[in-house]
Amino acid sequence: MTKTVTDVVCPFCGTLCDDLEVVVSDDGKQLLEVYNACAIGAEKFLHSQAEDRLTRPRLQQEDGSWKDVTYDEAIEYTAQMLASSTKPLMYGWSSTNCEAQGVGSEIGEITGAVMDNTATVCHGTSLIAVQDIGIPHCTLGEVKNRADRVVFWGCNPAHAHPRHMSRYSIFPRGFFTGKGHKGRKVIVIDPRKTDTANVADVHLQIEQGRDYELLDALRVAFKGLPLPDVVAGIPKEQIYEAAEVLKSGRFVIIFFGMGVTQSLGKNHNIDEAIAVTRDLNEYTKAAIMPMRGHYNVTGSGAVWGWQFGFPFAVDLSRGFARYNPGETTSNDLLRRGEVDSVFVLGSDPGAHFPFSSVKKISELPSVCIDPHQTPTTAVCKLHVPVAFVGVEIGGCAYRMDNVPIETRKVVEAPEGMMTDEEFLEKVLVRIKEIKGE
Amino acid sequence: MAEYIIKNGFVFDPVLGINGDKTDVAIKDGKFVETTQLANPKTIDATGMTVMAGAVDIHAHVAGPKVNTGRNFRPEDKLFNCTPRRGVERMQGGFSVPTTFKTGYDYARMGYTTVMEAAMPPLYARHTHEEIRDTPIIDQAAFPVFGNNWFVLEYLKNNEIENTASYIAWLLRATKGYAVKVVNPGGTEAWGWGLNCENIHDPVPFFDITPAQIVKGLIEANEYLGLPHSMHVHANNLGNPGNYTTTLDTFKLSEGIKPRGGWGRDQVMHHTHVQFHSYGGDNWGNFESKSPEIMDYVNSHDNITIDIGQVTLDETTTMTADGPFEHHLTELNHLKWANTDVELETGSGVVPYVYSPTIKVCAIQWAIGLELGLLAKDPMRVFITTDHPNAGPFIRYPRVIKWLMSQQSREEMLNGFKHSEKVIDATHLMGIDRELSLYEIAQMTRAGTAKALGLGHMYGSLKPGLEADVAVYDFNPEQEHAPDDIEKAFGNARHLFKTGMQIINEGEIVSNGNKRTLWVNARVNENPQVMRDVKEKFLRYYTVTQNNYEVAGHHYVPNPYVIEVDATQ
Ligand code: SF4
Ligand SMILES: [Zn+2]
Repeated sequence: MTKTVTDVVCPFCGTLCDDLEVVVSDDGKQLLEVYNACAIGAEKFLHSQAEDRLTRPRLQQEDGSWKDVTYDEAIEYTAQMLASSTKPLMYGWSSTNCEAQGVGSEIGEITGAVMDNTATVCHGTSLIAVQDIGIPHCTLGEVKNRADRVVFWGCNPAHAHPRHMSRYSIFPRGFFTGKGHKGRKVIVIDPRKTDTANVADVHLQIEQGRDYELLDALRVAFKGLPLPDVVAGIPKEQIYEAAEVLKSGRFVIIFFGMGVTQSLGKNHNIDEAIAVTRDLNEYTKAAIMPMRGHYNVTGSGAVWGWQFGFPFAVDLSRGFARYNPGETTSNDLLRRGEVDSVFVLGSDPGAHFPFSSVKKISELPSVCIDPHQTPTTAVCKLHVPVAFVGVEIGGCAYRMDNVPIETRKVVEAPEGMMTDEEFLEKVLVRIKEIKGE
Repeated sequence: MAEYIIKNGFVFDPVLGINGDKTDVAIKDGKFVETTQLANPKTIDATGMTVMAGAVDIHAHVAGPKVNTGRNFRPEDKLFNCTPRRGVERMQGGFSVPTTFKTGYDYARMGYTTVMEAAMPPLYARHTHEEIRDTPIIDQAAFPVFGNNWFVLEYLKNNEIENTASYIAWLLRATKGYAVKVVNPGGTEAWGWGLNCENIHDPVPFFDITPAQIVKGLIEANEYLGLPHSMHVHANNLGNPGNYTTTLDTFKLSEGIKPRGGWGRDQVMHHTHVQFHSYGGDNWGNFESKSPEIMDYVNSHDNITIDIGQVTLDETTTMTADGPFEHHLTELNHLKWANTDVELETGSGVVPYVYSPTIKVCAIQWAIGLELGLLAKDPMRVFITTDHPNAGPFIRYPRVIKWLMSQQSREEMLNGFKHSEKVIDATHLMGIDRELSLYEIAQMTRAGTAKALGLGHMYGSLKPGLEADVAVYDFNPEQEHAPDDIEKAFGNARHLFKTGMQIINEGEIVSNGNKRTLWVNARVNENPQVMRDVKEKFLRYYTVTQNNYEVAGHHYVPNPYVIEVDATQ
């Protein structure tokens, strides 16, 4: 006999689909099948069932080999490392729940850590732009129910957020959008001919790195002012036409991704994209949304927001919270050699950081908490495998539009495995003892 | 639990009619008791000091998505004010949008023990509760917003009060909410299309209903259920010259309706931050105070309460579910603008704002708030707020109290403004010599707010049986004092107890308390139609499933205090 769990939340990408169905064995120990998820989402669930999964912490030896240790030993090791550091980097926090993020914050407070999340290499530039100019935003349901103009700028949901288009942005029929796809005009702005571009009504194949110019040109075109013949590789007629498509919509939504946040111009691109959205609100209704990657990177920015007042790159090392991207961001700290230990949870900097940073991590005392074996666990001194959040333990996660959803536990973790939150709680208690609090 | 006796202070308790008499206050098992019931109490010497029940804030924006947007998009709000972990205190930071920890501690330092979060978008209820959970010491509750909710618009279009009431009960339970909040009724839904509803008869696009129908229907549904608090409204047309007529029109929607439920409140409408709604003139040039017209109405109608929304003349962060207003504001001041429209439910905007004493309009706004307080005939129905952080941060309450208590401090301000003469001309404050007493301040910050919230059985007084929430201020009402002494005393409680736990001792925070989240569980008769409608809306229009919508207790509301309402009769 099997059981089907409904309304399961997918802990993979910022789309945070919450309509999955998961079939589990009667004893609740085995996960058998996953329905409604996209391929990458299903893979995440099924991966938890891997036969060769690590279930106990292990410590890297001098010769590079690994030795199994108990959770108690791992807690002691982690607590000692953090307590004896003057400025540890506590990085990641994007693939875990808000409960764990909250406990992590308090550890950071006591040990004077720098708290940083994956936004640092992703949408941190968007967060900076929002601090410059604000953001007209909305929930994904507003897009579903109202949007008749949909722009994807520098993002490719067909691959990175596979169910985004069917659940929210292109295909669904909503309250004022009964015609679904037919009632929407879709514009894709991307130098590549992506699978998302293939479903678009208009594809502006922009020259790489020219996003700022094209955004600026759109603002000029809204006002009907003259443009050069070609901007960013796009003929001006196409730009005027795109501007007209946007202005004539009832509700415009712009989604943007790493193609604009991490290309030439960085946060200035996003400033300008938000300015485009602001301008459009003079003519119609418009909103803009970052396509956040990890399923709960948004949540870590939210938790730090209410606890410290800053969404990433939070430096607690002086005893109070400071924020100065470029100085207090992970890669800058690592490259300048300003941190004396590294703690990673809920991310894989080994795969996403520049080599120079990864090398620094490998040279420092380091702990990585991750259910998987990753490039990061390979370079850290201690690897602590934990239960999968959203599969083996529930907890709160924030969707890309900041909507908080409670993820579900669908199966039991292997016997004796700890969760992120449990592990951090124990480390916190131990650090308080060491520090005499 | 420890017993305490607070001895020899000057006690102000409007519920018990104590007006500065020297009375001892006894605490046992978290409640106030008769002094004779104490066996071996610790003594707190309050000689020469003022003693009041813990204060109750009826309206502030302290937790939830728009507050956090304010924090995260304003790093500049934390310049030079971040403080370290110390003793029991966590790290803190922020001026107009403080972190949750700072929020709890700062309220405690002012002697506040209960605070209402005034606008919770239902879809973001989890977020609101996570922040409330991380706010130490104070009891809190959150008001979900209903005034632009599609269920409400559709039911009230046909005047279906019972269905509206069933839906309210369902949503309060799903979101762990406390009261029915209405913000710019209909206008925020219109803002989904970039439009607005500018007066109470301006129809909502596509929904075929007016703001007047929404407000009246929600008052009736609220009284059908007999909820602890009344319908709590921020009317249409906020912030515009000449808007006082819209405010009066909104007030009138309450006429002829009586409170139900037996919670001890007399009002069926609480109108919030009325300062923003008391404007005459028809442009910024002839902008003027209409507080006398507003207060004439309030003074002569017992079934209304208001809070003032006092402008404090600070740099602050405005935030409201009134989406179109924030867009209007960013067009006026050209500062950064955040907006979030929430599917089927509501919207919101956030814009920084500098209330400068050198700007005539700001100074007039400052005067209007104080006029409302000073023209109040019944301080049990007119409350002190700054609509935190909209008109100013809540940490300015002690300053607002000073202005209300001291004509001298007001006149120094009026005479000091850059456009002093014009401000005096456009307002009535200069002629008002009333100085509120400590007794009246206790009405406006404790007894009155607790009563209006339907919480007079828990808060607002030192009566035996109530929660032992009490503040001791270093202020001797029998001695000569300068106006600034008032501000200093009310900003630095000497002692504070929350449900019988000592939170502040000799001015030091010594405990994080045992904060609770209040919510209302209203039981109604089964209503299959409403449950069908709910199911259908989740299937077709929401982007979360119905089963993923309800806020579970454990993590979000770890220490609940549930107020049961039986509306099955
Ligand atoms: S789109 Fe993202 S959240 Fe949805 S199923 Fe796929 S990976 Fe999971
Ligand atoms: Zn308000």
